[in-house]
Amino acid sequence: MSAIEVQRRLQQLETMLLIRAYEEQLVVLQRKGAPGTCTSVGQEACAVGVIDALESRDRILTNHRSAAHLIARGADPGRLMAEVLGRSDGYCRGRSGSLHISAAELGVVLTSTIVGGELSMAPGVALAQKMGQGEPGAITAVLFGDGAACEGIFHESVNLAVQWQLPLLFVCENNQWQAFVHRRETMADEAIASWARGHGVETQRVDGNDVDAVFEATTRSVARIRATGQPQFLELVTYRLRGHVEPDDQSYVDAAELAYWQGRDPIHLLREALLASDQVDAAGLEATQTRVERRIAAALAFAEASPWPEAATFTDYVYA
Amino acid sequence: MARMNAETAIHQALRDEMQRDARVLLMGEGVATKHPDLVGDFGAARVRNTPLAEAIIAGSAVGAAASGLRPVVDMLFAPFLAYAMDALVNSAGKLRYLSGGQFQFPMVTLAMTGSGWCVGAQHNHNLEAMFVHAPGLQVVMPSEPADFNGLLKSAIRSDNPTVFFVDIGLLHQEGDVPDDLSQTVPLGCAAVRRTGTDVTLVAYAKTVSVCMQAAEQLQAVGVEAEVIDLRSLKPLDEDAVLASLRKTGRLIVVQEASGVCGIAAEIAALAATRAFGALRAPVARITGPDAPSASSWALEQAAVPQPDEVIRAALGLMRHESAAARRQPSRAALPN
Repeated sequence: MSAIEVQRRLQQLETMLLIRAYEEQLVVLQRKGAPGTCTSVGQEACAVGVIDALESRDRILTNHRSAAHLIARGADPGRLMAEVLGRSDGYCRGRSGSLHISAAELGVVLTSTIVGGELSMAPGVALAQKMGQGEPGAITAVLFGDGAACEGIFHESVNLAVQWQLPLLFVCENNQWQAFVHRRETMADEAIASWARGHGVETQRVDGNDVDAVFEATTRSVARIRATGQPQFLELVTYRLRGHVEPDDQSYVDAAELAYWQGRDPIHLLREALLASDQVDAAGLEATQTRVERRIAAALAFAEASPWPEAATFTDYVYA
Repeated sequence: MARMNAETAIHQALRDEMQRDARVLLMGEGVATKHPDLVGDFGAARVRNTPLAEAIIAGSAVGAAASGLRPVVDMLFAPFLAYAMDALVNSAGKLRYLSGGQFQFPMVTLAMTGSGWCVGAQHNHNLEAMFVHAPGLQVVMPSEPADFNGLLKSAIRSDNPTVFFVDIGLLHQEGDVPDDLSQTVPLGCAAVRRTGTDVTLVAYAKTVSVCMQAAEQLQAVGVEAEVIDLRSLKPLDEDAVLASLRKTGRLIVVQEASGVCGIAAEIAALAATRAFGALRAPVARITGPDAPSASSWALEQAAVPQPDEVIRAALGLMRHESAAARRQPSRAALPN
């Protein structure tokens, strides 16, 4: 493994730890009465592997479970947390809360919390790229879950991207849960990628808890899109380790299944791999963890110090 | 002045705007099939036939609009908009606000509606009020070919998403249009189609001509009606309605759509809250029923406001005042 690759994995571990610490901080805030949040604990490798394989010129559409994607893209945890708390320094000036955070400055656009909303808009974003808007050669990545794959718009979106030959990467994080319903109650096994193939798009299905596998698969897909102009489809098989929305006691979750996936925690897997190959030592890991904790503490202080938006501005930004 | 029907006026506006701005594109079920001349002049990339899938047509327009293009989508018939509600209401209408102003959605959604073709309730449903109710959207519903042209151009140039309703019954009616079609008609401006001092008739789309016919007949019996064509339902030209009402003191609102929570109800509320003192009689509404539109010509037409109803209502308002004056005890009769 080259020095660059080792450096990338260390950076990916730190980003995954930052995402985990950020979301765990939100859970704590929740218990103190902050608005509800949908975490992606257990899915950090999907976010980091996919986003790392994209370039700054590319556009990203995400959904209600977006913190990992935003942080992987370089979002400031302080401005994210300010948004969740409804403060004026949030990315959306407190209008979004946790559920629809966009950060156009990072290329994260049109975040929708309507399951499937991101799939409805993504072809248009990619069409604009194809028709010369944005930077040349840029592509769009749309991130959604297995729940969105059960929406009719999933099929309309994939079909249109294929027919119009759009530079669009579909990324389904199959986390096995659709709000409070397990995926096995809603679709046949391995349905998602086969549905996509039925529309004529090339698919890959990989372990979403293995950041290397996600990064490599995404890199292949992105290269194919840039080379051919055709859409690509990626299914990342992963697991939502926490409930649908905090607070959630997960009483509806099968304990053995949860334990199995806790044993496949993507952060744990990456840390063990780095230790086993002597790419990091215990002291290095501890230093990383300390940096992450300091950033989250600073983020929380920033968010809590951020002023509330002026009440008189509550109808600003409705119309252009 | 030239003569032109609404269909041609719309086509001409699309052509002019595509010529004027390379970011304008047309998408929808059959747009390339129906406008081969636009495909020829502007290319297939800008005139796109789509799958028969309204949700993704509208959703793609929203994504494209936020990314630098200015799409016009032809959704064919208004009831099909039900499939596109998420894109229009939740995305185009809300994501500018929810993002703290990071995006704008310069897009126009065309949809036909209204009686005239006997197409039944799943092709004919005047649901404009649903979109007026949705924050972030503009809603337009013209009555004359010149406005179909001028308002469509304004809508395409606007940075806000606009739902543009085309009354089926007006599509093939000719009207005067300026020889020079380079002028636009601003959004949010009503037109006074006829001036009068006794009663204000507020209408839009096909009920404008209903009110004009009624006004002519009212004149014959000595009642001077003022006819206001709203043209834009949102933004609504409240000042034009209030100015006329303050002059006449009587208000009748005429719409083809169902009256429940509709535009006429909004205008009535406007009168009650902003010009109560000017009212010399109760506000009257003449609307379609709370019922789906039938296909049978006889039933379809029975649901549409007619000039006779407007005349009866206007004469009723005139009589109301004299009746009220009779009931009012004279000052001299009051006990000291």
